[in-house]
Amino acid sequence: MSKIPEELRYTREHEWVRLEGDVATVGITDFAQDQLGEVIYVELPPAGRTFAAGATMAVVESVKAASDIYAPLEGEVLENNAKLIEEPGGLNRSPYGDGWLVKMRVANPAQAGALLTPEAYAAIAKE
Amino acid sequence: MELVFEKHSAGSGAANVPDPGPAAEALVPPELRRAAPPALPELSELDVVRHYLALSRRQVGVDSVFYPLGSCTMKYNPKLCEEAARLPGFARLHPHAPDELCQGMLALLWNLERQLCEICGMDAFTLAPMAGAQGEWTGLLIVKAYHDARNDARTEVLVPDSAHGTNPASAAVAGFEVRAVASNAEGEVDLDALKRAVGPKTAALMLTNPNTLGLFETRIKEIAAVLHEAGALLYYDGANLNAICGVARPGDMGFDIVHVNIHKTFATPHGGGGPGAGPVGVKAHLAPFLPAPRIVRDGERFVRAEAPPQSIGRTGAFGGNTGVLLRAYAYLAMLGREGVARVARYAVLAARYLAARLAADFPPAYDRPCMHEFVAAPAAAILKQGVKTLDIAKRLIDYGFHPPTVYFPLIVHEALMVEPTETEPRERLDAFAAAMRAIAAEALETPEKLKAAPQNAPVGRVDEAKAARELVLTYDMAR
Repeated sequence: MSKIPEELRYTREHEWVRLEGDVATVGITDFAQDQLGEVIYVELPPAGRTFAAGATMAVVESVKAASDIYAPLEGEVLENNAKLIEEPGGLNRSPYGDGWLVKMRVANPAQAGALLTPEAYAAIAKE
Repeated sequence: MELVFEKHSAGSGAANVPDPGPAAEALVPPELRRAAPPALPELSELDVVRHYLALSRRQVGVDSVFYPLGSCTMKYNPKLCEEAARLPGFARLHPHAPDELCQGMLALLWNLERQLCEICGMDAFTLAPMAGAQGEWTGLLIVKAYHDARNDARTEVLVPDSAHGTNPASAAVAGFEVRAVASNAEGEVDLDALKRAVGPKTAALMLTNPNTLGLFETRIKEIAAVLHEAGALLYYDGANLNAICGVARPGDMGFDIVHVNIHKTFATPHGGGGPGAGPVGVKAHLAPFLPAPRIVRDGERFVRAEAPPQSIGRTGAFGGNTGVLLRAYAYLAMLGREGVARVARYAVLAARYLAARLAADFPPAYDRPCMHEFVAAPAAAILKQGVKTLDIAKRLIDYGFHPPTVYFPLIVHEALMVEPTETEPRERLDAFAAAMRAIAAEALETPEKLKAAPQNAPVGRVDEAKAARELVLTYDMAR
């Protein structure tokens, strides 16, 4: 069974969001990394890029497939995980820790209410 | 196995190159001369022969094993086609030979264009594109030229979410934005999702039929109507032509453009990186945009004509990979109209038979009759053991089979995509089904056997992630 930490929020596209004030850290879930298999390449947006919610923001490529990663909320990229670009395997080892993708300043933190609770995401990951 | 470089033994070299002398040296400017001889390996002729013979004996191909690689149509290619392509009159023809000295070749290519028009239900064909991907790119440039000629700027190409990766890649390279259209519960294009996605920006929808799930798009005429009413074009990816050739025609379904993977469907060994051929066919309203050169019949003579004004130009230096096209011509001549249809019928029959034989352990992803290939996944009991589709594929190598395609299409969990083709007898399909049955039993009883597979191959489980992360494409001779 894949891990779904209680303190995070989720999207249908298997991303997780940790919101601290108006700064959101974004990654992909344990379930997603398990489905993808070993990650071999990540393409992350540079700081300063802005995205609408749902816009394609990054690409994660595994031995099986290349997958688009969507911005879970509207906002501006503050930092990307440069270490992960160097060593993409970190995403498999620690999807909720060292495997984070980007930190972004969220345009409207109230929109985070639309994200999924751990329980709601668990139901999707089960399907 | 040692590389030829590692077999180097100083002084044993078989090559005896005469000293070019000072006159030759003077021809090469000093800054371009090597300071030292290249570090080529020295081996005796016998060792060179043994090295390459040993390599060839490790080769796995459709000539050695059953190779049911879904979406790739790895069928047997008759050796007669090979012979036709090597006839010296064709093989030694120079592409710059004037038209009057290559009438035979031009007549043959012209006839092949007509045959492909007939098979696909198109009005004109170009044989110039040199691979499936180049065919797609050519087709999309024609899409662009068509809309541009109507002063109708269209920026989006739609692909189903089950599409092969080359479709969105070709569309992006041709300068379009790509939008995915969802599949419905039957594994077909969701017509409502398509209607929502189609609009004034839509340039084309790229589709295979049967689609990448091996299923026939039963509402193809409605799909075509949705596109055409919006002023967009319908593009046929010929990847799955083997399922319908001689029986149903993309042109009759409403497709405006097709590309054909000659190397898949019409008798060229493939899978080793080429050469291939990706001819593109169009309906009459798109013919002015076809690339040059066009082969034109003028009475009893054939000429290579330059591009008409609206043409997208040239897609390559010459008229295409004629060796591959010759094989196709020979193949079609051998089969005839009825033979071509029998190819499709046997291909579908073989896939349906095998799907039924595997269904208990590997239920199909969609519970309906497949066309020339099917997508299945290991039964829940197998997955519960922690066994993945990749483990099953690797174990098949131990049983002497080339594994099927795995993890494609992306919308099916733990997908296994099997395309037996028309060239395998029932006994071979039964043997494959028996191997899959045995592997399914192993998965339940001794799953570690699958995790450790392959055991009987020259190379064990390859670290695919390491190979992709640390790409080494050249041998470092200085080592």
